[in-house]
Amino acid sequence: MRNRFLIRVTVVVMTACIALAVALVSAQAPGYRAPRTPDGKPNLNGIWQAINTANFDIEAHSAGPSPVLELGASGAVPGGLGVVEGGVLPYRPEALTKRNENRANRLKLDPEVKCYLPGVPRAVYQPFPFQILQSQKHIMMIHEYAGAVRTVYMTDPVEAPADSWMGWSNGRWEGETLVVDTKGFNDLSWFDRSGNFHSDALHVVERFTPRSADTINYEATIEDPKVFTRPFKMSMPLYRRVEPNAQILEFRCVEFVEDLLYGHLRKQQSK
Amino acid sequence: MKMRIPGALVIVCFASIAVAAQAPAHKVSRTPDGQPDLQGFWSNATYTPLERPDNVTKEFYTPDEAVAAEKAAAARESAETEPGTVADVHYDFTQFGLDRSQATLARSLRTSLIVDPKNGKLPPVTAEGKRILAARAEQAKRLGGRWDSAQSNQLDDRCLIMAGPGPPMMDAAYNSNYQIVQSPGYVMILTEMIHDVRIIPLDPSTGSGSPRAESRGDGRLNAPTQVRQWMGVSRGRWEGETLVIETTNFNGKNPLRGSTENMKVVERLRRVSEDVIEYNFTVEDKSMWERPWSAESVMRKTNGPLFEHACHEGNYGLYNTLVGARLEEKQAAEAAPKKDSK
Repeated sequence: MRNRFLIRVTVVVMTACIALAVALVSAQAPGYRAPRTPDGKPNLNGIWQAINTANFDIEAHSAGPSPVLELGASGAVPGGLGVVEGGVLPYRPEALTKRNENRANRLKLDPEVKCYLPGVPRAVYQPFPFQILQSQKHIMMIHEYAGAVRTVYMTDPVEAPADSWMGWSNGRWEGETLVVDTKGFNDLSWFDRSGNFHSDALHVVERFTPRSADTINYEATIEDPKVFTRPFKMSMPLYRRVEPNAQILEFRCVEFVEDLLYGHLRKQQSK
Repeated sequence: MKMRIPGALVIVCFASIAVAAQAPAHKVSRTPDGQPDLQGFWSNATYTPLERPDNVTKEFYTPDEAVAAEKAAAARESAETEPGTVADVHYDFTQFGLDRSQATLARSLRTSLIVDPKNGKLPPVTAEGKRILAARAEQAKRLGGRWDSAQSNQLDDRCLIMAGPGPPMMDAAYNSNYQIVQSPGYVMILTEMIHDVRIIPLDPSTGSGSPRAESRGDGRLNAPTQVRQWMGVSRGRWEGETLVIETTNFNGKNPLRGSTENMKVVERLRRVSEDVIEYNFTVEDKSMWERPWSAESVMRKTNGPLFEHACHEGNYGLYNTLVGARLEEKQAAEAAPKKDSK
């Protein structure tokens, strides 16, 4: 009896010690406190950009040739270690078949080729800068590519009134972290140039955690039960564009794709 | 679409504009970093034309006349087209977007947005301007008929840019809605037509009260002259309660009537009440107009949120009309030899 009592006490004490240790470690884990905005929130204002190959393929991949012969090495795909936790996307079998078809017909099907809005999270890791602009009510995420833009509602949450390319985003602060919850997507955007896709059941929860004056830890948890067997997470650092003249320029690409999309419908010149 | 708003109410609205103009200065609240607060959702939907109609000689309507002018303009806009005619083939804007009869109207008693020149009309076009307009007409002719190619269509049919974002920002016929967000050192204006974003860095020397240390890479330095954009490159500053935005570096394709890449636009935004921002602008373009011209309008508070106007992604109209035009040509070509053989 006494032994059993001692064991029980020991277990309780040890559990308490472990809990305390975990609490201490996790309290120290962030290690970085961001400067504050005038209203006391972590200051994420600035122009940011991912530096990786996720826009080519969010999974790990070897270098490969350009899909367009004329572009040669300038259009070739650099290798990448992938940004998906666990390395491989948890596709449902039929969805994996569709991904592979997408990949095989990438030039015809990738919405990026047609200058369509990039969706989320792809907008964040396309090879273009984006600007975070913080106010108390709304945080804007303004992307250079195709003028894609998101309003993150911080105090007046919205429920998606209609499906959209960039979704409808509500945000909240968890300590140093900006958490953005986005729903209300259509099923038309892709995650990358390799055909990785989602359905209109997509739900994205992103975490922006400052890790130094000029870097952010970015995480996106993707949930889409129509396409994936379980939620998965991707993560990457975002880097501040520190050039003193850094700014978001126009990339109004509609004009650049008109011949691609409509050229075959041009009136034939009479000979 | 019929106007469902009672005329008496409209008169009260116009009358209140006249009163508001004489009221003492509105005390504008401040953002946490000390800027006058312009944030929220705004509409500049108006029936007031840029240029004064030929048959109008005065600068302001009476409230009664303003109601009549608005009704006449609304009637023209909603005029029924004859079923079965080409003119009848168009979107029903009352269904497809919020047309002006359903929008928050930014009313004013002005007979034209242009206030300078005094006659409410654009200044005369320069000799250089006439050459430029002739060259553009020549180029449009080379592109052929409207349905010969995507490029021979108008900018809005191509989903390239609409009238909304400007600068200067103007009524876009429907969805003339804006969202203004301010952060330390910046003012951002999102235009619903067609999700165009204006990021306006503020001059730190004009006391917007912005902490600058964290805002590295904030684009306050001028852009090189080689950088040419549809919406130009904008820089802002606070002059007391007024936000002044100067924009240059246009690419000459901005939809503002005839403007060239040498255009400079100076806009002034001042919140005169909880619900109204006065919006004035001056356009200078020596390549097109003999002298600068100025206009005055208002932005009125409206309800959010803004919707995503993914125009290009859903541009079936352009695609289908091109398909239709090619089909008609094919049918005509097939019909032609038959006639000959008879």
